[in-house]
Amino acid sequence: MSNPERQRPTGKRVQLMATCLCDAFYADVARATVEVLEHLGCTVEFPDGQTCCGQPAFNAGDWAASRRVVRHVVRTFAGDAPVIVPSSSCAAMLSHGAPEEFAHEPDLPEILALGQRTWELADFIVNGLGVTTWPGRYETKAAFHRSCHARGTGTADAVRTLLRSLAGAELVEFDEAEQCCGFGGTFSVTFPHISSNMGHLKLEKIRAARPDLLIGVDTSCLMHLGGIANRDGAPIKTQHIAQVLRDALKNGGLL
Amino acid sequence: MKPLSIDQFAAQLRPETQRSVYESTKSTHEKRTKVLFDHFPDPNRLRELAGQIKQHVIENLDTYLPAVEAKLQAHGAKVHWAATAESANQTVLSILRARGATKLVKAKTMVSEEIGLGPFLEKHGIESLETDLGEFIVQIDHDHPSHIVRPIIHKSRREIAVSFEKNGLGAYNDEPAVITRRAREFLRQKYLQADVGLTGANFVVAETGRLVLVTNEGNSRFSLAAPKCHIALVGIEKILPRDRDLALFLNLLARSATAQQLTVYTEFISGPKAPTQPDGPEEMHVIFVDAGRTEVLASECREILRCIRCGACMNVCPVYRQASGHAYRAVYPGPVGAVLSPLLAGNRFPELADLPKASTLCGACSEVCPVNIPIPDLLLRLRNKNKLAHGPSSGTPPMGAWSVLASQPTAWKTSLAFGKAVGLVPYVPRAFKPSVLRAWDDHRTLPEWRGGEFRRWLAARKR
Repeated sequence: MSNPERQRPTGKRVQLMATCLCDAFYADVARATVEVLEHLGCTVEFPDGQTCCGQPAFNAGDWAASRRVVRHVVRTFAGDAPVIVPSSSCAAMLSHGAPEEFAHEPDLPEILALGQRTWELADFIVNGLGVTTWPGRYETKAAFHRSCHARGTGTADAVRTLLRSLAGAELVEFDEAEQCCGFGGTFSVTFPHISSNMGHLKLEKIRAARPDLLIGVDTSCLMHLGGIANRDGAPIKTQHIAQVLRDALKNGGLL
Repeated sequence: MKPLSIDQFAAQLRPETQRSVYESTKSTHEKRTKVLFDHFPDPNRLRELAGQIKQHVIENLDTYLPAVEAKLQAHGAKVHWAATAESANQTVLSILRARGATKLVKAKTMVSEEIGLGPFLEKHGIESLETDLGEFIVQIDHDHPSHIVRPIIHKSRREIAVSFEKNGLGAYNDEPAVITRRAREFLRQKYLQADVGLTGANFVVAETGRLVLVTNEGNSRFSLAAPKCHIALVGIEKILPRDRDLALFLNLLARSATAQQLTVYTEFISGPKAPTQPDGPEEMHVIFVDAGRTEVLASECREILRCIRCGACMNVCPVYRQASGHAYRAVYPGPVGAVLSPLLAGNRFPELADLPKASTLCGACSEVCPVNIPIPDLLLRLRNKNKLAHGPSSGTPPMGAWSVLASQPTAWKTSLAFGKAVGLVPYVPRAFKPSVLRAWDDHRTLPEWRGGEFRRWLAARKR
């Protein structure tokens, strides 16, 4: 989950990796990502051949299968433009996971180069573009779930920087914020009891802080936590950081 | 009977046991973090440095081990090498036999659990008694430790009081002070009667041949002071290069393990009693135990040999907190155990191949590890090793077919369009066995399918 020293982008052309979860479930998160990046003056390209980052097979231990997908990612996201991902998990796959599974492969340099120009969205806004305040308005008392794949990266601080600067938004702290939500990809179905208990515990801690919104940087964590809350008949409102930033612009008449 | 999976074990754990494991690990973890960050400006830098030192050690064992052997011999200790668990046990037994010893007191050592020394000695008519309070309770209960630092983290004081009563250690009383006093009174006699004291070692310093032991109960000191013979069982990875390295490692170990600045007792032992010294063991044996460690060293997971057995990874691990230690079916549980136990199992690796999967790969363990072991990376390497060796195992989704789909854009987009029916998106368990779908659905709803919607929005904008 390393966050290698990166060069700030020189141009404003970026490539969007929408993620498979946005492709399948969270269309609005991908859309918000485009709108946020365009607001920042970026030209957003969407390589149409994109599929998934390869993480499911990587985590399952099927590295041969995962490498096949990662090689497809490298081909699809050719060039040198930054690759922006509205997910700390997929970003970590490309900057940390892929180099791990390509350690003994001849095309490791290409994998490393892709990882070097891959950014999680909030990390890119703050640490790539140098934008540290967010305009518009968003009335909320929100809890922010720092995804585990954002450990040791610039993402969590970037999200907090942006939200603290946002008019109307208040961040509440909750206990054991460093603990995992329990999703873990296939873990959620191969260890259903533990996964669900972890999710319940996370929700218990979040609810104790009485937020009106749960903000995340990964739709996977939000899908898991939101899904548990729904199943329990006590839904919790969840939003991806891209949606919050986009809606703030809308509320401020900037979009 | 097939053993329970880790998830099944967690599911049948009594709620009060789960809660108390959770509460006490959480509390220790939080104190550990506070004490480290209160006392040092950048504890993470210390963890990195300690990791580098231990990595250096395990990569240079071929020079450090002979060096430490020479130092120990120069101090009058006898050095033994045990390639396997069996040979370690036999070495202990032959030392005992040579002295005509029948009674042994034992300080807490995980390597003795690993090699099954207690049951082995019992089988050969040796009375082997645990003197660490937690291990003593484990022993009288015929149980196993469930945590490497706190062996009875899974037991309540009521259960302990019942065991004491059953074992003739006084009428039922669940006051911790009373339990401790009774154990102390019982053990004190045993120290005086013992022929041999057996300990582990937390560190062995190569430049001086010094064994370093840390405890909080003073039981290792008693085990060394009373009997005439001292045996130390030491994993070959326990080396530190220099005495000065102890400053770093003792500071990190106590804080990481128990949130203490320093344990109550820290012992430095260089050899048997010198002629000028009034007491201490007249004979000292150090048994260096391999028992699979050189295989680990040769593997892609050698970083796990840096481990100094502090237990911080299990204290922070959300899976350990839910499942408790016995779920792992191995001497070393938790994140470190999920790596180390299958590796030490050698050709029994497949029996423990589920351990590396018992993780969301959240990385909390590597964030607290005092020797900075990249545990999630190692878990992933083991998952891959298992896949290469044994093919897909049950419960693992079919990634081969998925990877073909995910590298063919046309097929991918088609599956997005028909996803609701075909269900080929990896995190959606519909493509898997129905039981896997149930595993999601029992606990969570699925969000509404919006396959391809974003792409359609993007295309519409362009027009």
